[in-house]
Amino acid sequence: MFRIMEKRLLAPAVHQLVVEAPLVARSARPGNFVIVRTNETGERIPLTIADYDPEKGSVMLVVQEVGKSTMDIGMMEAGDSFADVAGPLGQATPIKKVGTVVGVAGGIGVAPLLPQIKLHKEIGNHVITIVGARTRDLLILKDETEQASHEVIFATDDGSFGYHGFVTAALEELIKQGRQIDEVTAIGPVRMMQATCNLTRKHNIPTLVSLNAVMVDGTGMCGCCRVTVGGETKFSCVDGPDFDGHKVDFDELASRQAFFRDEENLARELAEQKRGGCRCHEK
Amino acid sequence: MPREIVDRVEMPKQSPEERRSNFREVALGLDPELAVREAKRCIQCKTKPCTKGCPVEVEIPDFIALMAQGKFREADAKIKEKNSLPAICGRVCPQESQCESLCTLGKKFTPVAVGALERFAADWTREHSPESGCEKAGSDGPAVCAAADGIERPSARVAVIGSGPAGLTCAAELALMGYRVDIYESLHETGGVLRYGIPEFRLPKAIVNQEVDYVRSLGVRIFTNVLVGMTLDLNEMLAKGEYQAAFIGTGAGLPYFLEIPGENLNGVYSANEFLTRVNLMKAYKFPEYDTPVKIGRRVAVVGAGNVAMDAARTSLRLGAEDVKIVYRRSRTEMPARLEEIENAEEEGVQMFLLTNPVRIISDGKGGVGAMECIKMELGEPDASGRRRPVPIPGSEFTMDVDTIIIAVGQGPNPLLARATEGLALNRRGNIEARDEYGATSIPGVWAGGDIVTGAATVISAMGAGKRAARGIDIWLRSQS
Repeated sequence: MFRIMEKRLLAPAVHQLVVEAPLVARSARPGNFVIVRTNETGERIPLTIADYDPEKGSVMLVVQEVGKSTMDIGMMEAGDSFADVAGPLGQATPIKKVGTVVGVAGGIGVAPLLPQIKLHKEIGNHVITIVGARTRDLLILKDETEQASHEVIFATDDGSFGYHGFVTAALEELIKQGRQIDEVTAIGPVRMMQATCNLTRKHNIPTLVSLNAVMVDGTGMCGCCRVTVGGETKFSCVDGPDFDGHKVDFDELASRQAFFRDEENLARELAEQKRGGCRCHEK
Repeated sequence: MPREIVDRVEMPKQSPEERRSNFREVALGLDPELAVREAKRCIQCKTKPCTKGCPVEVEIPDFIALMAQGKFREADAKIKEKNSLPAICGRVCPQESQCESLCTLGKKFTPVAVGALERFAADWTREHSPESGCEKAGSDGPAVCAAADGIERPSARVAVIGSGPAGLTCAAELALMGYRVDIYESLHETGGVLRYGIPEFRLPKAIVNQEVDYVRSLGVRIFTNVLVGMTLDLNEMLAKGEYQAAFIGTGAGLPYFLEIPGENLNGVYSANEFLTRVNLMKAYKFPEYDTPVKIGRRVAVVGAGNVAMDAARTSLRLGAEDVKIVYRRSRTEMPARLEEIENAEEEGVQMFLLTNPVRIISDGKGGVGAMECIKMELGEPDASGRRRPVPIPGSEFTMDVDTIIIAVGQGPNPLLARATEGLALNRRGNIEARDEYGATSIPGVWAGGDIVTGAATVISAMGAGKRAARGIDIWLRSQS
C-alpha cells in the first residue's frame, strides 16, 4: 500500500511523486489534500493532491524539502512506500463558470493549482496562469501549466526567465492593461497570497486562496489549523483549505506557521548531521 | 464485621514525586493475593445491585466469585461474555458512579473494588496466555466465529465506522454472533480516543493494542487511513451490497474553544491537539519521533473534566513548572472522576475554581503573555441542574501563563455526516438515534457513542455499541 510508483526531480530539492492510493484517487477532487506519514516515527503532514488518476489508482504529490519530514520524503525512491496516506481531505475547491480566471502560483504552489485550472478550463473559463519562482531552475511543471491554461506568464525574481519580478507585479500589469478578470486563485507562500489579495482587493476581484496551516490529524479533530476568516475562527482542514482571500488574517497564519520553528530547525539539523550535510543543492 | 470485609484493598500507585516526571502507568494493579482478598469481600448478595450499574451488563458477582477462588482466567471469560474490553474498562470506567456506587457493602462500609478486580482478571489472563479468540480467524481474511449463543444467523457483512470504544465493542459483539465485520478507522492507528485521548499513564497503549488484537482475533478486519464520508461513501457501500448494515461510532472529534480574544495565539492548544500530539504522535519522545509539542513553564488548563486532568498531568510530565486547572464552577461541579482530581492534586496541579478566562493577552511576539480571568460565584440552577456561574463585577485579574490548553468539550465531527446523504442530525449536529438500539434515519445504519450523545464516557460508548449490535442482529435476521 501507498507505494511510490514514480519519482522525479522537478527542481533542486523539489520532487514529484506518483503514489499508489486507489481509494483516494477514486474520490479526489481539485483542492483536496492527503495526510501522509513516511514511517512509524513520522509526523502527519498535509500535502495537496496535484493530480489524481482513478484508473491507475494513484495520486501525484509535489514535495519541496524544507524540514525533516519532507527531507525524509526526498530520500524515498520509487518502490518505497509511505506508512500512511489518508484522504482525500478538505473541501473541494468551488469551481464555477465565471469567465476569466487568473491562477497565481508561487514556487511549488503551481502543483496544487494545476487540478484547479484544469477544471476551470474544462468547464469553459478562460484561464490565465502566472507562475513565479526565485529563479529559472525553480520553475516547475512548465509544460503541464501551459497545457492547462490558455495563457501563461512565467515570472522570476531575478529575471532569469520570463517576466522579471514578482507574480503580483505581473498580475497588476494584466489588470492595468484592462483585462477583464472575474476571479483569482492564489496558491503559494503566505506572504505571496497576502500580497495578491491586497492587490485584488483594491480592484474588487474575488480571490480564493489555499491555506497551508499546520495540521495534525487533518480531520477536524485537533483544531491546530485554525485560521481567522472574516473575524471567525475556521479549521483549514474541514472548512477549507480554500477561503475567500480578502477575509483571511494572513499575519496570524504566518505567526501560527512559525510556532514550532525551533523544533523544526532542531529536527532538520539532526537529520542533516545523520546524513552528512544537506542535499538542497544536489541535482 | 471482620476487618477483611470492612477494609477495601487499595491499589498500589507510583508515588506522586516519581510519577509526575514519567509517562508510565500510575496505578500499578493488584497482585493475586490482594485480588483474592478483595474478591472475598463481595458478600454475593441476592439483589446484585452492582449489575444494574454496568452499561454493558457484566455479571459482576459471578466473575468476582470466580476470582475469590483464584480462577482468574475463568473470571476473565465470564466478563468477556458481556464486555470485550475489560482491561480498558477496569482502568477508565467511572466505577464510583456506576457499579461500585450501588454495591450493598458500600452502604455501610466501602464498596468492593470492582474496577480493580476487572483489571486484574484481564491483565492476569493476558499475561498468562493470550486468548485464542475465534479459532477460524486468520490473518488472511475474514473468518467467522461460530455464534457464541448457538443461534443460526444469515451470512451478512457489517461495516463499523470508527475503532474507538463504541466501534470495537459493536464489532466484537457482531463477530461473536457470527457476522463478518470490517472496521474503518480514519487515523493511522486504532482505538480512537483510547489511543489519541487517554494518556499512557492512565491507559498504557500496550493494553489498547492487546484489546484491539483480541477484537481482530474474532475475525474482525480493521482498515486504517479510511475516512468514510471522504475516502468511501457510506450509502454507496450499502447500495453496492458490500455491506448489509453499518454502525457509526465516529466519536466527538471537533474541539470547542472559548471564543474569547487571543485564542489563536501560539501556545493555545485544544486539549485534543495537545493530547493527540503527545499520545498518538508520541511527541513526548521528540526528536526520536518527528511530531513536536511545545510546553511552557506556566500552563493553564481550562475545564475540569477527565480530559482537563489528563492535559494538566501530561503538562507536568512534559516539564511544566506550574500547572493550573481553571474552572468556572466549584469543586462539586467538576465533571472529572474524583480519583483523577486527587491524582492531579497529589502531583501538584493547582485548582483555580470559580474562575473564568475573559481574554488571552499576547506576549507581543504572537505567543501567549498572560490570561485575564474573572472571579465567578454560583447563582440559580441552570438547564443542567447545576448552579449557574455568574461573574463578580470588578474581580478581573491577570494570570501569568505562557501555555493554555482548552478542555471544555468536543462536538461531533462533521466529516461523515456532511457527506452522507439522508443521515439525520439533531440541532447540535449529533446523529439522531431513533430507538433504544441507535437506529438512524438510513435503513440498515445504526450509530452510538459520542457521535450520538455528545462527549461522554468510554463505557457509555461501549454500551451503545453493544445495543447497536443487538439492533443490527435483530434487523439482519428479520431481513433474511
